[in-house]
Amino acid sequence: MKKGRYGDFGGQYVPETLMKALDELEQAYNNYKNDESFQNELKDLLANYAARPSLLYFAKNITEDLGGAKIYLKREDLNHTGSHKINNVLGQVLLAKKMGKTRVIAETGAGQHGVAAATAAALFGMECEIFMGKEDTRRQALNVYRMKLLGAKVNAVTSGTQTLKDAVSETMREWTKRIDDTHYVLGSVMGPHPFPEIVRDFQSVISKEAREQIIKAEGKLPDAVIACVGGGSNAIGAFYNFINDKSVRLIGCEAAGKGVDTPENAATIANGSLGIFHGMKSYFCQNSEGQIAPVYSISAGLDYPGIGPEHAHLHKTGRAEYVPVTDKEAVEAFDYLSKKEGIIPAIESAHAVAHAKKIAGKMSKDSVIIICLSGRGDKDVAAIARYSGENIDE
Amino acid sequence: MSKITEAFKNKKLFIAYLMAGDPALEKTAEYILTLQNAGAGLIEIGIPFSDPIAEGEVIQGANIRALSNSIKLNDIFDMLVQIKDKITVPLVFMTYINPLFVYGYDKFFAMCEICGISGVIVPDLPFEEQDEIKSIMKKYGIDIITLVSPTSSKERTKNIAENAQGFIYLVSSMGVTGVRSNITTNIKSIVAEIKKNTDIPVAVGFGVSKPAQVAEFSKYADGVIVGSAIVRIIEEFGENAAKPLSEYVKNMVKALS
Repeated sequence: MKKGRYGDFGGQYVPETLMKALDELEQAYNNYKNDESFQNELKDLLANYAARPSLLYFAKNITEDLGGAKIYLKREDLNHTGSHKINNVLGQVLLAKKMGKTRVIAETGAGQHGVAAATAAALFGMECEIFMGKEDTRRQALNVYRMKLLGAKVNAVTSGTQTLKDAVSETMREWTKRIDDTHYVLGSVMGPHPFPEIVRDFQSVISKEAREQIIKAEGKLPDAVIACVGGGSNAIGAFYNFINDKSVRLIGCEAAGKGVDTPENAATIANGSLGIFHGMKSYFCQNSEGQIAPVYSISAGLDYPGIGPEHAHLHKTGRAEYVPVTDKEAVEAFDYLSKKEGIIPAIESAHAVAHAKKIAGKMSKDSVIIICLSGRGDKDVAAIARYSGENIDE
Repeated sequence: MSKITEAFKNKKLFIAYLMAGDPALEKTAEYILTLQNAGAGLIEIGIPFSDPIAEGEVIQGANIRALSNSIKLNDIFDMLVQIKDKITVPLVFMTYINPLFVYGYDKFFAMCEICGISGVIVPDLPFEEQDEIKSIMKKYGIDIITLVSPTSSKERTKNIAENAQGFIYLVSSMGVTGVRSNITTNIKSIVAEIKKNTDIPVAVGFGVSKPAQVAEFSKYADGVIVGSAIVRIIEEFGENAAKPLSEYVKNMVKALS
């Protein structure tokens, strides 16, 4: 009877009003996921609109500098709209269109998912509303304006901590008001079934390509795949087609903010415990009374108190490792990649770069690391400047 | 027959909701008795949660106020034990699944039994996920109150109705909790659909605030639930809400068909 489980995790813990929408979505997805014409349409969009396949770039300079494993970057930052988010959004909005929906709503933290959703809505001629924590609209003003340019209405969420968690809650509330014409384009591998599965499938294109590309380039599988994890969509996308390759280490980097031993972090695996929230059973940062904790990260996109249920399962079964990375380490890695390779990463992705910096030098020269560079850093430039004590005009 | 179902026998109920700890737990104890004395036939007590996704602004505000008083589950249980002897109507908890899960289901429902709680309403625990708590609740004789919404299919409604305990909570309209001036859902036909499959009473909630709505809905349903309007009175009058609460509830009770 229970649907959408990854071991002990997952499920459908939502208000009754949403169950119809979830059932409809599940049926539609089950129908279209094996439908050749749908898949061809999506493939065409990914190739000719989103610019896939994305490059697998050999980062020669940092490889030499770190003096160990060969480092490759899976360049999701080169996708249209500048992040991996477009992969999922094109899939979901196409699905929504096929379902006869005329309006999409979405939550966003850093704004990348909001921008992607607004982009797809514009492309498909659909109405679009984005919910974003008020604090995040301030941190990511550039992306807010971008969404507006694309024709979306941006709602600043003032409840709770005014960040991603509250944006998710508010989008769910909005969805309960209008499910007939509206699809909720959920942005990560979280929430109630079937979202974790749908988002993972649409993001798995990352590891599908990376697997082929690395075999072509190196004649073998990578030794490690590293990705940042908030809800975990780019990470599951980067991991998915390697899960059965037991020799490949899968490493998720969570936001440790000011440190896992401080109250200001968003490291769910390091500091969280089992709970049920936002439609899923998974790990959450919470207090002893089951109240969801206000979390913190320099990166608005990782500033979420939970993690997708499939990641929770990969953690529990030991298939993937999850490590905390602090703001400081991420900012250093942001700077490092920019200066060494001429690639400015999203501050989210910089968390993954930071961990690669820690381990690459200890690995042999014939080993290979793939880092999922989930997005580009334009949106973070002002925040990084502020962090470094510099004020720049955006 | 459960204590809740029993309460509906031969009469229509006005069901009142208030949030534990808003504005303070001693006041909650007082207001529960106020609601009872004014004629509420069943009282829902909210357990505050940081992220109440089914609630509109008014009840969200009550959650925040209660949590800012550092209300803990054990404090709520203590308060209930103190007034237990004065309570004659069934009490049910309304809260989200996470606080119960983290507290421990067995411990939680054992405490419910001790405190005289007869049922729980968990808006983020749909029918499909009720296995999570159902067998444990049975051990302590506590009912799980299931919601039906205007979007529930006939098949779902049938499943829910056939497995219902206590009463069925019919959500009057789409969206979250909150006062609505107009409810356009065809309550009559949904109640009829439910009644085809069960004898368990049906109460209508979400958006109800006026005596005219109570008069209308209680023509078809066995009870009418009011939350946001009551919470708003408590928000406005704070520690002095007993009198306006009592007047409000008396008027609403009078309107029952």
